[in-house]
Amino acid sequence: MAISTVSTTRTPSRFRLLLGEGGTFTRRNPTLVAGGVIISFLALLAIFAPLVTRYDPIALDVVNRLKAPSSEHLFGTDMMGRDLFSRVIYGSRVSLMVGLSVAAIATAIGLVIGLAAGLVRWVDVVVMRVMDGLMAIPSVLLAIAFMALAGSSIRNIIIAITIPEIPRVARLVRGIVMSVREQPFVEAAIAAGTKDIPLLRRHILPSTINPLIVQATYISASAIISEAYLSFLGAGTPPEIPSWGNIVAEGRALFTIAPGAVLFPSIFLALTVLAVNMLGDGLRDRLDPQMQRSLR
Amino acid sequence: MLAYAVRRLIATIPVLFIVAVLIFMLLHLGPNDPAAVIAGDFAQPEHIERIRQQLGLDQPLYAQFFDWIWRVLQGDLGASIYNQQPVLNLVLQRAEPTIALTLSTISFAVIVGIPMGVLAAWKAGSIVDRVVMVLAVTGFSLPVFVLGYILVYVFALNLQLLPVQGYVSYKDGLVPFFRSLVLPTLSLGMIYVALIARMTRASVIEVLNQDYIRTARAKGLSTPPILLIHALKNAAIPIVTTIGLGIALLISGVVVTETVFAIPGVGRLTVDAIVRKDYPVIQGVLLIFTVVYVLLNLLVDLSYSLFDPRIRYQG
Repeated sequence: MAISTVSTTRTPSRFRLLLGEGGTFTRRNPTLVAGGVIISFLALLAIFAPLVTRYDPIALDVVNRLKAPSSEHLFGTDMMGRDLFSRVIYGSRVSLMVGLSVAAIATAIGLVIGLAAGLVRWVDVVVMRVMDGLMAIPSVLLAIAFMALAGSSIRNIIIAITIPEIPRVARLVRGIVMSVREQPFVEAAIAAGTKDIPLLRRHILPSTINPLIVQATYISASAIISEAYLSFLGAGTPPEIPSWGNIVAEGRALFTIAPGAVLFPSIFLALTVLAVNMLGDGLRDRLDPQMQRSLR
Repeated sequence: MLAYAVRRLIATIPVLFIVAVLIFMLLHLGPNDPAAVIAGDFAQPEHIERIRQQLGLDQPLYAQFFDWIWRVLQGDLGASIYNQQPVLNLVLQRAEPTIALTLSTISFAVIVGIPMGVLAAWKAGSIVDRVVMVLAVTGFSLPVFVLGYILVYVFALNLQLLPVQGYVSYKDGLVPFFRSLVLPTLSLGMIYVALIARMTRASVIEVLNQDYIRTARAKGLSTPPILLIHALKNAAIPIVTTIGLGIALLISGVVVTETVFAIPGVGRLTVDAIVRKDYPVIQGVLLIFTVVYVLLNLLVDLSYSLFDPRIRYQG
């Protein structure tokens, strides 16, 4: 009994660590706060897209095609008369969904593989060789090949982008397990006869959480870029769903006379990725100072 | 040195083998019939059947794999469904613009990224450092086509300084050749500059805290030689590693850049293959780019021994 109360108070909780001491938080973590605020704002726009926009993002209105930005159409209209503001706002749904899903799935699968590789010798030998091979294949090209075989749908994009991210998580987790196992407190626990599962739950898993939060944030930034690339190249989101990459790809041909269809989604895309990366940098400085040196 | 090089070369064979297995299995793990995928959308059933037999898809999987890898080793990457040309020829015909763009981007990124990183490390904590780091995060967050279109908008459409798109071969004059590469290089290179600058800064800062740097200062060396001779050389291995690993970003970016600037390279070939559902071409490009990436990183590995002679003698 006594032991469990002691162990809950021994270190500041993750929540406390993240929030720091009240009002100084923003001053100490400007990138974290700025990134978080921008992402929250974009997420709200995406969730409340039907309330924010006045037009159906896929409704054709050929009479009003290629209109310049005005109070009627904030970002103008595209070559089929569709309202660009609506399309860009609805497009954020695809990006944020892909970013979140890829980060969550890649982290979960990578965590399991990394733990297994760190603890079980034959898994390490076999699976990590496969992971090395997977990491040698340029990720966007691998995703293009997968999409060419599987056909275009949001589900397939998420799979295509997740696969190349898994080895990065697995390697990170494996590295952490390897170094934690050497720690005196873990050796003591093993010597005291702690079984594998409690050892994992009590000593190894907790050390992976902070680096994984940081890594997942970076993965979602790179997943958002990958989705935009795939859609831009015609191997991504189905053309009937507005996504930033799709809007840019459609606007490409008329870029010289109507640059809005390319520039507005591009600005949103860059801002989103920047905000997620800032969030990642902020979280890294806050949660995982040792990771400073490795970039991704 | 030769023994070391040979040992490293042999060490890449398992990785290349696993890569080959993965790329081969991709076609078979998908939900669709590989013969139907290769035959394309509008194929007749008998055409699909012919492809199945022609490619040996009715053989057991291991037999197919060794047959395929045997042909790949002889340079036979299959033929395009669209025009029946051998994939290897198609790639070689389009190689020049891609190689030109890649080389100019790597040079640009190294020439800009390393001094930026050294400067930031030297002035760590100052406003210069802050500016460099903000530029690095921004550069890292700008998708290639976003930067590409912004540059086209400013420098080609408004200021009319550079061509909007297209590629001019070096055979048709060096000035137009370089002019056609400026905007693509800037768009593709920014993310790479950011990556290299960040890594350079981090590793130089670490080296600057070492004892031998204090010794160098104590014996009266001024800052530039310390930075260039002592710090940069000792920080070189992580920097060179980053340059090597960053080539993966470059390969993905090349496909996008060639599309933005209508450059008729291997990336453009890939995008045309996506539109035509020409899977053998996509698979061939994937394989070639991966092998190039692995071999370039082998070169990076070998270069370690230039910076740290101890490596030559170790296992």
